[in-house]
Amino acid sequence: MARVTQDGMVEKRGVGHYFTHVGLIIGVLVIFFPIWLAFVASTVTQSDIISPPMPLWPGDQFLTNYSKALTSGINAPVASMLMNSFVMAMGIALGKILISLLSAFAIVYFKFPGRRLFFWLIFLTLMLPVEVRIVPTYEVVAGFGMLNSYSGLIFPLIASATATFLFRQFFMTVPDELAEAARVDGARPMRFFWDILLPMSRTNIAALFVILFIYGWNQYLWPLLITTDPSMNTIVMGIKQMFPSGDDYADWPVIMATSILAMLPPVIVVVSMQRLFIRGLVDSEK
Amino acid sequence: MEKRVTFKGWLLPMCLLMPQIIITAVFFFYPAGQAIYQSLFIPDPFGLSMKWVGLGNFEYLLGDSYYRASFVTTAVFSILVTVTSMGFALYLAVLADRLIKGSGVYRTLLIWPYAVAPAVAGVLWLFMFNTRVGVVSWYLGLLGYDWNHVLNEAEAMGLVVVASSWGRVSYNFLFFLAGLQAIPKSVIEAAAIDGARFWTRFRTIVFPLLSPTTFFLLVVNIVYAFFETFGVIHTITAGGPQQATTILVYKVFSDGFVSQDLGSSAAQSVILLVIVGALTIVQFKFIERRVHY
Amino acid sequence: MATIKLDNIKKSFGKTDVIHGVDIDIADGEFIVIVGPSGCGKSTLLRMVAGLETVTSGEITIDGAQVNGVEPMDRDIAMVFQNYALYPHMSVEENMAYGLKIAKTPKAEITERVAEAARMLQLEPYLKRKPRELSGGQRQRVAMGRAIVRKPKVFLFDEPLSNLDAKLRVQMRLEIKELQSRLGITALYVTHDQVEAMTLADRMVVMNGGVADQIGAPLEVYSNPQTEFVAGFIGSPATNFIDAALVPDAPKGASKIGIRPEHITLLPSGQGKLSGNVVFTEALGAETLVHLRMNSGTETFTVRQDGAMDLPVAGDPVGVDWGADDEMAFNDKGRRV
Repeated sequence: MARVTQDGMVEKRGVGHYFTHVGLIIGVLVIFFPIWLAFVASTVTQSDIISPPMPLWPGDQFLTNYSKALTSGINAPVASMLMNSFVMAMGIALGKILISLLSAFAIVYFKFPGRRLFFWLIFLTLMLPVEVRIVPTYEVVAGFGMLNSYSGLIFPLIASATATFLFRQFFMTVPDELAEAARVDGARPMRFFWDILLPMSRTNIAALFVILFIYGWNQYLWPLLITTDPSMNTIVMGIKQMFPSGDDYADWPVIMATSILAMLPPVIVVVSMQRLFIRGLVDSEK
Repeated sequence: MEKRVTFKGWLLPMCLLMPQIIITAVFFFYPAGQAIYQSLFIPDPFGLSMKWVGLGNFEYLLGDSYYRASFVTTAVFSILVTVTSMGFALYLAVLADRLIKGSGVYRTLLIWPYAVAPAVAGVLWLFMFNTRVGVVSWYLGLLGYDWNHVLNEAEAMGLVVVASSWGRVSYNFLFFLAGLQAIPKSVIEAAAIDGARFWTRFRTIVFPLLSPTTFFLLVVNIVYAFFETFGVIHTITAGGPQQATTILVYKVFSDGFVSQDLGSSAAQSVILLVIVGALTIVQFKFIERRVHY
Repeated sequence: MATIKLDNIKKSFGKTDVIHGVDIDIADGEFIVIVGPSGCGKSTLLRMVAGLETVTSGEITIDGAQVNGVEPMDRDIAMVFQNYALYPHMSVEENMAYGLKIAKTPKAEITERVAEAARMLQLEPYLKRKPRELSGGQRQRVAMGRAIVRKPKVFLFDEPLSNLDAKLRVQMRLEIKELQSRLGITALYVTHDQVEAMTLADRMVVMNGGVADQIGAPLEVYSNPQTEFVAGFIGSPATNFIDAALVPDAPKGASKIGIRPEHITLLPSGQGKLSGNVVFTEALGAETLVHLRMNSGTETFTVRQDGAMDLPVAGDPVGVDWGADDEMAFNDKGRRV
């Protein structure tokens, strides 16, 4: 730890300042290293890797490896996995936002018999991850013939109340007078919802979208169970399927290219929408 | 907190609620109910009928040394993941908080591993420590250490812990940094004027003021380690060696889908349900308290 | 243009009665101000006229038609809210046009009516701005504009000026009054500020604990208050009250006598109806307020004197006097004797 100097009681100056940066840079490098290594592995040949140590600087096989992964992959082309992941992530994010907006609107802005009961029923689902109820959920999905389908991938993961709860919290902070002014202006409930509540929720919706997109994209166990057909594999679960079962060497350059492709969309979303992402994260944990 | 309810009628709100109610009923309440129901039966060997065993599945589980071992494994695993990821995140957050400017740059550099799926993180770390081609294991070999997580239980545990903690650092870092930045600078300056050096200030002022954040992260990280690390374990160790990394969620999966032991798997689901419920209550109690601050 | 009639209006929230039967008859084009302390039920009364609260019992009639169960939008009213309730994501123009758009008014007419309202309220330079880019006074004007473009039968104002600073409040008060009389639209205005009530009202309704204590023209209410509460609430500084037993020649049945500060004359010690000592004086320039403690006990008295007069200082003993006509006597129920 850097010493507190006489003139800089709290904020660091001079030498101490550099120690802080050095400490942080070491941390960033530690965090970065696995990704760097994966990237390097995705740009070299298989023989570079299986005769360790592998190089630590990128090679010239970038195009070869990535095009091989995207077009043929190992069991299924990664391009189709990316597509499946995209549909699943969008389906989960948009579906959850849609049903949550509607139900939160009903719970906050109406008084009807059973309102409290419904609120608690939804609330109960707040924290139970799909991992805990996989076997019976699998049976339900199989019973509906939804194995190897987008609806099977999406619906079970929409059944949770985090987003509903979040929108409820937000609607509670919208001044009552706005709804009353809209009533005086002649807006019926759905008009108010569409013209006023929805535009006002834009930031919240975007923030939640970022979080839910990542949540959906990164699902592993559920797609692993219900997509037996390689053409329905998502990319995150598809990587594991690329490992050979026996003693053979795995095709590391292609696997690593796939890993990089698998993390690229959510990473782009997080970094480009950093502010919304942080807001969504903080909101959804409150 | 109650809103002045402004719209009348019951048909419209019912219609608005329907999508969520239906999805929740079909994909949440029914399966959860099924889990409870199935936990009270054993299917016969041909899967044709179910035999009522009451709490037999639970009794069996609690007496099963593998299941008890899985409990211990889960506890060790969650504690290690929580401590590792929170410790490293706190270290980085304290450093970033000391910067007058530029903490935003480090934040950008540090947050994105959050977006990497646990399963992908597992593959990355597996690659580094692979016994045949891994860079880290090769250099460890040069140093005379023979790394083999495929056979060595402690090494397997260490690897899944590190791989699970890695992406989690981002998340914890964000919350710690926000918590640190919320501490009034004047409090720290007052301590500095009183002659407290950095470490003393951290121990006696900063850390106590940070305790709401710390406690919150503790609960959230335990929940994460319990339920969201399946991908890491499945990709790196598949629960082995000798079930050394079989955490409870992994066991529900392997008993239910690999061994097809539905009654036991359902009973395990119910036990997990209770654990999640308890953690939720802890978290809500905590949030309530935080609101009253 | 419309008449409004409130007939024995009552309101309860669960078991709590908040309004105990109010009758008001409002003539076409009249400006009625409902004034009272917070919690007296004045806002609830207004919201019932708006249709935002249900009526527990009694009848509300607008232009001869009973409207108890009618939706706000079908009552042909416009309302200005205390916090303005502007739609934050819409521009000034869109805020004003929203009601017309819902009513499917032709586009050309909407544009014309919004432009006219904007001109009246000097909002023309701000039409494209969002509410958050406006000052408090400008937001207030937009809220007014939103009410005007509708060309409603009735204007409802719920404490529209209480979020403005004092100077702006005086200015907007004048503008509201001017606008209302120009448009000739019946207005119902709720406020807790008696100065606002006095200056705006054709007639005012003084509410106290869910009851309309007095309805009348401002000066009539001021000079002839029907209850002790009205006498104390209307007029500033507030009316002095003393035990009737201490006042010589108090009317029969009176338990308290009220005298307004401006009706009292200061006399040398020993003269006048009562005597006391000066506690302190507040010189406000045009006038000076002299605060006395009466010899009879703990009662304090406020006397309003011309600022130019030669006045006693703290500690001086003085006598006070007033004309018999200025005496307001109340019985033990607080009603005027």
